[in-house]
Amino acid sequence: MNEAVIDIEDLTRTFSVKRRGADGRRRRSTLAAVDAVTFRVLPGESVGYIGANGAGKSTTIKMLCGILVPTSGRVRTCGLDPLKNRRDLARRIGVVFGQRSQLWWDLPLRESFSILAAIHRLDAATAGRRTAQLVDQLEMRPTLDVPVRQLSLGQRMRAEIAAALLHSPELLILDEPTIGLDVVSKARLREFLISERASRGTTLLLTTHDMGDIERLCERVLVVDHGRLAYDGTLPGLATTVGAQRVLVVDLMQPRPDLLGIPGTTHLGAEADGLRQRLGFDAAATTAADVLAAVASHAEIRDLSIEEPDIEDVVRRIYQSMG
Amino acid sequence: MAEPSAWSPYAAVLASRMRAQLSYPTGFALDVMGSLLIAVTEFGEVWVIFHNVHVLGGLTFDAVLVLFGLSNLGFGTADLLFGHLDTLPVFIRAGTLDAFYLRPLPVLTQLMTSELDLRRIARMVVFAITLVVGLRLSHVSWNLHNFALVTISVVFGTVIFCALFVCAASLQFFLINAPELTNSFTYGGSYASSQPAAIFPTPLKLLFGFLVPVVFTGYLPTLALLHLPGPELLPAWLAWLTPVAALWVWLVALVLWRWGTRHYQGGGG
Repeated sequence: MNEAVIDIEDLTRTFSVKRRGADGRRRRSTLAAVDAVTFRVLPGESVGYIGANGAGKSTTIKMLCGILVPTSGRVRTCGLDPLKNRRDLARRIGVVFGQRSQLWWDLPLRESFSILAAIHRLDAATAGRRTAQLVDQLEMRPTLDVPVRQLSLGQRMRAEIAAALLHSPELLILDEPTIGLDVVSKARLREFLISERASRGTTLLLTTHDMGDIERLCERVLVVDHGRLAYDGTLPGLATTVGAQRVLVVDLMQPRPDLLGIPGTTHLGAEADGLRQRLGFDAAATTAADVLAAVASHAEIRDLSIEEPDIEDVVRRIYQSMG
Repeated sequence: MAEPSAWSPYAAVLASRMRAQLSYPTGFALDVMGSLLIAVTEFGEVWVIFHNVHVLGGLTFDAVLVLFGLSNLGFGTADLLFGHLDTLPVFIRAGTLDAFYLRPLPVLTQLMTSELDLRRIARMVVFAITLVVGLRLSHVSWNLHNFALVTISVVFGTVIFCALFVCAASLQFFLINAPELTNSFTYGGSYASSQPAAIFPTPLKLLFGFLVPVVFTGYLPTLALLHLPGPELLPAWLAWLTPVAALWVWLVALVLWRWGTRHYQGGGG
């Protein structure tokens, strides 16, 4: 039963690049976009695949779908070889590349859905039922007759995800699904993905620059850096590994000396003679509420904010810790 | 309920493409007019040449009408069916080609059926008329022999030009931003096919006769229809082997395509 949905071993993809060397001559060199990456994803798992731009996330995904040919190593997606069985695989996975559309830009959204249903050879009843379900859950009824090119970014992204889910795939791969979306659109999309996974058990592989996506959607995190897998584990575990902390920033009514000795926190600095103080804390060890209560017992608080560790920072720390 | 047929995906895409084109009737009508003008201009070029020379490469004006009609009808039909393959570099650069890989259909057939440029029908009409007039003026009678020849050369001529479009598209995987080179394959091939090949020097005869066998689309059938002997290397009876030539170009086209898709590096991050 426990056959992996994604099973890659020593997966490597190199690109040859032409560069102008110091002497002004053109040289060919090879660059490993993905370098000996190995991991398995089991059915029903939800995995965040994170890393800086150019770290090799999209290249890995393209090899998983059979778009790119690996230079070496082994890939199995849904138990299939993506190159040999690309078409069978396409029936079982849904993929959204956030930056590029797979809809027909000059047609009303409704028509894109019916063409995709025909492409996946869904019978009319199944197609109708599934489209209605996705359209309702993603609140797209009002946009169905609008040509795709006129949709807002948030509307288009919901449409892309519905399009990728139309054939009820067992694996959903989302490459930067929330990029450029406002807070409300992001929240809606995350809620939809949570309920979709809860009802259908869809396996999810997600790349993102947004820690919020990972926190809300993923039980497991893979960090890739310069083509190599740098971390594989839980999100709290990642924060512990790299010492990435959430930071509580408090503005006080009166200037105060540094707030040392608040349980579970490290004092990260003060501004304006102690009017603003920054306290780092580990989300696994304490909660923002406890820290806040402890601060409130020492000083009167005027304003506060919480800074989340960002992915670039986490990745940078991982890289440093690997030396 | 029965599963929809294997053709239904393509039918759905094509039907929607045609609806999209016809949803702007004025624009569409202007496109058709433009296409018609281009075809008439090309025809005018032949007219001008024959105003000065009465026989070119052993063909009279009447015979050249047959040649011109046959080869351009084949090319025009191929252009209608496959001409949009030359947008492949745009798909590659924008990364939208990836979407084709994510659907459970062969990438090449998806690209073939991704568009159907209806205005190109105007061109086909002009050259069909040219062909019929040419056959009339050359006193070609409609017996079984001639009917078979015309049918074979139009159908397999189309097939040959379609393969050339696929060859040109395959090269795009290697040559980002070299549309001129690949156009020389398709439009250049079409131009060569509408010339009486007898005027070519031997290397060109070999090139267009056997490597990129466009002489099969117009010149050889014209010779066979008019009972002309044909020059050295290109005897008229070869016209019956047009399907073999078509098979050969398709073989090359599919090998190139496979090679190209394997070489594909994906567009953008």
